[in-house]
Amino acid sequence: MIASVSEGPAIEVHDLRKRYGEYEAVRGIELVVQRGEVFGLLGPNGAGKTTTVEILEGYRARDGGEVAVLGHDPQRRARALRLRIGIVLQSSGIYSYITPREALRHWASFYPRPRAVEEVLALVGLQEKAQARCRTLSGGQLRRLDFALALIGDPELIFLDEPTTGFDPEARRAAWDTIRALRALGKTILLTTHYLDEAQVLADRVAIVKEGRVLAIGSPRELMSDPAGASHYRVAYRDAAGELVERETDDPTSLLQTLTAEALARGERLEELSVGRPSLEDVYLELTAEEEPRDTSRLANAPRPSDERADDLFAPGRRA
Amino acid sequence: MSDALVLSWRQYRLERRMFWRNPSAAFFNFVLPLLFLVAGGAILHGKQHDLDRLVPAIAGMSVMSTTFTALAYNIVFLRERGVLKRIRGTPLPTGSYFGGVAANALTNTALQIAIVVLAGRLFFGIGWPGHWDELIVFVLAGVVCFAALGVAFAHAIPNFESTAAYVNAVFLPVVFVSFYVFDDRHAPAFVRNIAEALPLIHLIDGLYGALVSGATLSDNLDALAVIGLWGVFGLFFAVRGFSWESRS
Repeated sequence: MIASVSEGPAIEVHDLRKRYGEYEAVRGIELVVQRGEVFGLLGPNGAGKTTTVEILEGYRARDGGEVAVLGHDPQRRARALRLRIGIVLQSSGIYSYITPREALRHWASFYPRPRAVEEVLALVGLQEKAQARCRTLSGGQLRRLDFALALIGDPELIFLDEPTTGFDPEARRAAWDTIRALRALGKTILLTTHYLDEAQVLADRVAIVKEGRVLAIGSPRELMSDPAGASHYRVAYRDAAGELVERETDDPTSLLQTLTAEALARGERLEELSVGRPSLEDVYLELTAEEEPRDTSRLANAPRPSDERADDLFAPGRRA
Repeated sequence: MSDALVLSWRQYRLERRMFWRNPSAAFFNFVLPLLFLVAGGAILHGKQHDLDRLVPAIAGMSVMSTTFTALAYNIVFLRERGVLKRIRGTPLPTGSYFGGVAANALTNTALQIAIVVLAGRLFFGIGWPGHWDELIVFVLAGVVCFAALGVAFAHAIPNFESTAAYVNAVFLPVVFVSFYVFDDRHAPAFVRNIAEALPLIHLIDGLYGALVSGATLSDNLDALAVIGLWGVFGLFFAVRGFSWESRS
């Protein structure tokens, strides 16, 4: 069922299962990542995202199911596979007394055809810190070094586990540009993120994961128009009394016609008129809130004994 | 194969560079045993019988500090900081990585032993080693044994903050009991039994033969056997329990 040659999809996961003691972190995940696509993995804390990614990266052994990464079973930890992948872990360190340039040179020696060190330093914007000891770098600069070390081997497949957490908006945009540039080079990227806007902008397809299962999978556009999701347009305006009015509709054309005609007839203006599509965030909130009515905030999930870090969704600056 | 050796060499070069850039690592590895040597030498000045015992004892302690202590510190630090996990995700072969790390420890030990032997010759009235073969064999056996024990012991240390406490809780008692029994063969039996069950005193015995007494390698085979047994024990647990990731 799963291809064993290096043609075919970049990643295939079938009925993946993993438990930690009594707790089943992954309960039958299914997904296929095509070559050359940016695939986003979304879900609340404890959803099993990092467990899944770390199984694909070869860090953990699965308890059940089938997995193929570039045609290899990652659990066997073949060097041939590790030569072709690049990994940005959720958090990882580096020697205190090494410089970024030295680290990249050393890492480059692991690979048969690495990218040029100076080129990668420029790509992540670390040229000015190339000679600084890593212990003097800021969190954001170390994160860029994580990127650089993952890219130095010119991998076909890149795992990014929350790559922009803790970035300021400018650094995030820069990271997004890097990811887009990698995609343009034909690289396959598996992206785990807390930021739904990030997934919406970058990912060709996303899987929304909760409690160790895939709830929905598809392009952000498909998910946003999925009848199961929030399929409506949202029309908002401020009425004559200054109240903000929000209307949901499947047919914004006729609603706008009606609203504007009425307003014109009364000689009023529709202040702050806007027509919006539901964002991926709306779909996500709707999907992940199901079966959990007690959870009022819908995002603040109860802590679970899992591999996921105990941080909050949408908590920028978590890793200062 | 040659690829793995080249990578091992590169890892070794990196480890050397990192070592010299870290002042506290350099201090613990080199300065501390030398301070012991200088202080002991000053106190025992003129007592050749005691100096004859001081120099091999410090040499044995140096082997332990450059391998057991240094590796336990390093492995815990790299594990807790996530460096090991990052390395684990690269194509660097595990054997190449540990080859470089072990060669780095061996280099530090060799430098340290050279300094101690030189100091013995210049300042403490001890001649050049009588048995170079014995010196090399015991130093190598000591490196393998204590390096393996250091890596194995790193598994027991839960976080970097407690490393000093854990390491010293082993290192200092082992050093003291071994020095005491080595210096005084009339020590109480239970203390002697403890010291002789541990590898350090046997390493010191071997070094004493090589540097001072003239006892040959074949005279000290039983001492070598004890170091070997501890080495096998250490290697087993070093490999078996090795963790590339922080548990927290």
